[in-house]
Amino acid sequence: MRIHLNSVFVDSQVKALDFYTNVLGFVKKHDIPLGEPVDEQRWLTVVSPEDPEGTELVLEPSGHPAVGPYKEALVQDGIPATAFAVDDVRAEYERLRKLGVRFTQEPLTMGPVTTAVLDDTCGNLIQIQQLR
Amino acid sequence: MADDIFKALADPTRRTILDELTERSGQTLFELCGRLTMKHQLGMSRQAVSQHLAVLEGAGLVRSRREGRYKFHDIDPEPLRHIAERWIGPDTKDGTP
Repeated sequence: MRIHLNSVFVDSQVKALDFYTNVLGFVKKHDIPLGEPVDEQRWLTVVSPEDPEGTELVLEPSGHPAVGPYKEALVQDGIPATAFAVDDVRAEYERLRKLGVRFTQEPLTMGPVTTAVLDDTCGNLIQIQQLR
Repeated sequence: MADDIFKALADPTRRTILDELTERSGQTLFELCGRLTMKHQLGMSRQAVSQHLAVLEGAGLVRSRREGRYKFHDIDPEPLRHIAERWIGPDTKDGTP
């Protein structure tokens, strides 16, 4: 068994695709229309350009009524929806901040791991982490 | 008021929370929990950390602020000044010996 997909509930798939590709730097892998409205009901996944055959991140619509309160509660307490690995958290923090990304946790080294937490502009917090 | 402060400070976990908020003010609950777990091996539930924060807030030593959809916690050391001055007197640095 392998982990093939991870997903985040996004407020808007159009906005999410822009953020996850143009800002974070992932690339689109699958984009299949599933219903109406066509822009916001897609099977939409992105992958890392460093690992295009690797785990796909599903940018999933937030339509279910439980999703809103769930996301809101996590964001309020600063809890990330998922985490991505980077080589250098501080360098990514500087790069993303220049692009206007909002961080709820600046880079912090705790033992073997350095992390930071950013807002994906689609209702989620995302952790970036670097293992030494 | 002073009783609340002494009660809040009596617990080592709460003193550690104040240490961490001194290092960086404006932390989310998530960051604080991470620091307690990773730096101090205090692996407790978020709910337990929330309760400690509530005690610190009640004593006026921590303030929570909402910023958009986020909630940050800041340290407010001001109440401690009154405690220090109670026995030591006002700060007279550079004053007469």
